[in-house]
Amino acid sequence: MIQSLDDLEKIKEDFAGRIKKYGKTVKICFGTGCVSSGSQAVYDGLVGALEKESLNKKVRVVKTGCHGFCEKGPIVVFNDDEIFYQSVGKKKIEEDIALLLDTIKNGKVADKLLYKSADKLKKFVSTKEIPFYAMQKKIVLDLNGAIDPEDIDEYIAHGGYSALQKALTAMTPDEVLDWVQKSGLRGRGGGGFSTGTKWKSCKDAHGGPKYIMANGDEGDPGAFMDRSLMEGNPGVILEGMIIGGYTIGSNQGYIYVRDEYPLAVKRLGIALEQAVKYGFLGKNIFNSGFDFDIKIVRGGGAFVCGESTALMSSLEGKSGEPRAKYVHTVEKGLWDKPSNLNNVETWACVPAIINRGWQWFASIGSEGSKGTKVFSLVGKVNNTGLIEVPMGTTLRQIIFDLGDGIQNNKEFKAVQTGGPSGGCIPKEYLDTAVDFDTLWELGSMMGSGGMIVMDDKNCMVDVARYFLKFLVEESCGKCVPCREGIRRMLEIVERICDGEGDEGDIAHLKELGRAVNIGSLCGLGQSASNPVLSTLRYFMDEYEAHIAHKKCPAGVCKPLINYTILDNCTGCTLCARECPSNCIIGDKKKPHTIDTKKCIKCGMCYEVCKFGAVNVV
Amino acid sequence: MDIDKKKLDTIIKKNGGERNRILAIYQDIQSEYRYLPKEAVQYVCGRLDIPLVKGFEVATFYKALSLKPKGKHSVCVCLGTACHLKGGPAILETFERELKVKRDDTTEDGMFSVDTVNCLGACALAPLVRVDGKDFGKTSPPTVKKIIKEFKHGA
Ligand SMILES: Cc1cc2nc3c(=O)[nH]c(=O)nc-3n(C[C@H](O)[C@H](O)[C@H](O)COP(=O)(O)O)c2cc1C
Ligand code: SF4
Ligand code: FES
Ligand code: FES
Repeated sequence: MIQSLDDLEKIKEDFAGRIKKYGKTVKICFGTGCVSSGSQAVYDGLVGALEKESLNKKVRVVKTGCHGFCEKGPIVVFNDDEIFYQSVGKKKIEEDIALLLDTIKNGKVADKLLYKSADKLKKFVSTKEIPFYAMQKKIVLDLNGAIDPEDIDEYIAHGGYSALQKALTAMTPDEVLDWVQKSGLRGRGGGGFSTGTKWKSCKDAHGGPKYIMANGDEGDPGAFMDRSLMEGNPGVILEGMIIGGYTIGSNQGYIYVRDEYPLAVKRLGIALEQAVKYGFLGKNIFNSGFDFDIKIVRGGGAFVCGESTALMSSLEGKSGEPRAKYVHTVEKGLWDKPSNLNNVETWACVPAIINRGWQWFASIGSEGSKGTKVFSLVGKVNNTGLIEVPMGTTLRQIIFDLGDGIQNNKEFKAVQTGGPSGGCIPKEYLDTAVDFDTLWELGSMMGSGGMIVMDDKNCMVDVARYFLKFLVEESCGKCVPCREGIRRMLEIVERICDGEGDEGDIAHLKELGRAVNIGSLCGLGQSASNPVLSTLRYFMDEYEAHIAHKKCPAGVCKPLINYTILDNCTGCTLCARECPSNCIIGDKKKPHTIDTKKCIKCGMCYEVCKFGAVNVV
Repeated sequence: MDIDKKKLDTIIKKNGGERNRILAIYQDIQSEYRYLPKEAVQYVCGRLDIPLVKGFEVATFYKALSLKPKGKHSVCVCLGTACHLKGGPAILETFERELKVKRDDTTEDGMFSVDTVNCLGACALAPLVRVDGKDFGKTSPPTVKKIIKEFKHGA
């Protein structure tokens, strides 16, 4: 049991003693991305090689959480970021293991495994030099990738649970609340509501018991910040929640985790068990008289369950339908008791605020949005992955400096933020400083932090159709405007994509969009038309091309495109062999042609051609 | 479908026999049978004194639950935003065409079921496919054929 600062210090010392015998540390990323790229094989290979050389007692090999650079995985890092290796074991794993061993034994840096800029002109050795990392400011993800998420001692050795100790032994709940309020922290789950204000309402609410909850449902497609945090540093979420419970006057917390995230459930479970063992959860935490417990609950794969009232309904064992919020959940939430729900990233900001002071936190970020935000930068950008930057960083800095620009030197077209509630932002606004308020003014939203970059091969009408389809599938069906209205909007946009749109469609879409927004109960319906309205606002010309000229400029909408073969076809016959509808004809070593009548537009020929000879028109 | 009542009792007990843990109970049953047999829903509702309409309401509301049996291998194609923009739809079509099955359904020989999901949280590796819990990143129509082969022969 840990009951004092001295006890925490003791764990730190023990941990330092435990790892002192190792001369070197090698960190292998075991985030979901790198696992799917093969980090287990790298781990096994390296551990085996070290044993063979009797070096296993000299080198500490740690499995860490996500480093953020998932696309370049598996990631291997030496001695606190001194050397950063990427794509380890992707090609010729034995060779790469030998290179790792060479680095360990002789300090030789392996050129093959270093990160290189997209133009191949620059290469980088240490993590700190790589622009993708150098421009970040890590508060929430500070220890992600640095520690073994399954070892609470390592979290403690890096200052973990010291904020809890400080809050519970040296601060009153009112003081903690005051700090959180003054820090300017706003909810990271999408809406950007003031966390201090929410906590205060729940703290002041009459009746009890009170409940606090962490939202780890992360339903926005294309976003994986919460997942990486839950997998990479579960302790910081637990610590934030316990501090929240103390402040608000709650003894029971819940973490609601997305069903598709089994590894997050596992790591949270381990962190929870270890926290109980050390007495950070349970009775009389840090001898303060405060008791707190946390339960982990798996979601059921419904997007709407990320909404606060639906989430609580799901926790009660019902289907996750939202309810009207005439009475706020801070007064009547879970089991009709005062309840406080925050996103997992919001919770993870709390220990840092307590440790380093609200002034420090409030000094970072923009006028109205304080601190940092984690974004998942994905899509057609060179460096895809997770990034954490101060609020107020511009889109251009994020996409072109950190992200190293657009893949294959294509043209940037738009960035989508805010998931299905958000919108698409065109290049005219690349210099916007990103925070809760600026994105809102552009007709989009911060959302949970997904940033999906699109190039000229992405059709904006198709993007609108994509989100409408998503929302039709995910609407719980309780409100008629949401259930029926989005479906009608989808029908119209599908017609446009099929080349059957007509003049009145745009006006219709706008009218329906307004009606759905006004007439829906929960945030899903209320923001459902944002993807359509924002694409109409910035990309009207593309809608017009589909409607008036029956053309899809990006070459995406199947009924409006054709595949053709260019003159540089070498007649290698690969496409003809792969075409599932056998519609490519031609003699060996002579240019082939596609029988457009039989073509099903599956794109297989385009994918397999090694000479770029297949074209979309 | 014959259900093993003892097994179900253990699962109910593991979840404290609490009605509000019904979703977790269903999920545990599903990991046992690879789907949620309706007989199991009936049994659980009886044991926990939940009206059948409520029990089925929950069982049909959540996408994670399936009242239909699944194939031996379960293919899950991501159609989240990142995957959509990087060719997810073509990946799905290739699976459908190669396996002669539609999404949300199982092949006639019961070998593969094909489902979709709106993001698996590894978007940097889009387009993503999960087969029997194993993730494949940066897929393309040609690699889909390889994946199918791997599981057909590994079976
Ligand atoms: C349809 C819908 C889905 C939502 N999904 C999530 C989600 O996946 N994760 C999340 O943290 N918040 C989500 N939210 C926002 C939550 O309702 C809630 O505002 C948030 O969890 C509060 O935490 P915060 O104040 O820390 O942001 C969603 C809201 C709506 C309307
Ligand atoms: S707005 Fe849509 S998702 Fe929200 S409660 Fe109404 S029907 Fe359900
Ligand atoms: S999973 Fe390894 S860097 Fe993200
Ligand atoms: S969009 Fe496919 S994994 Fe996220």
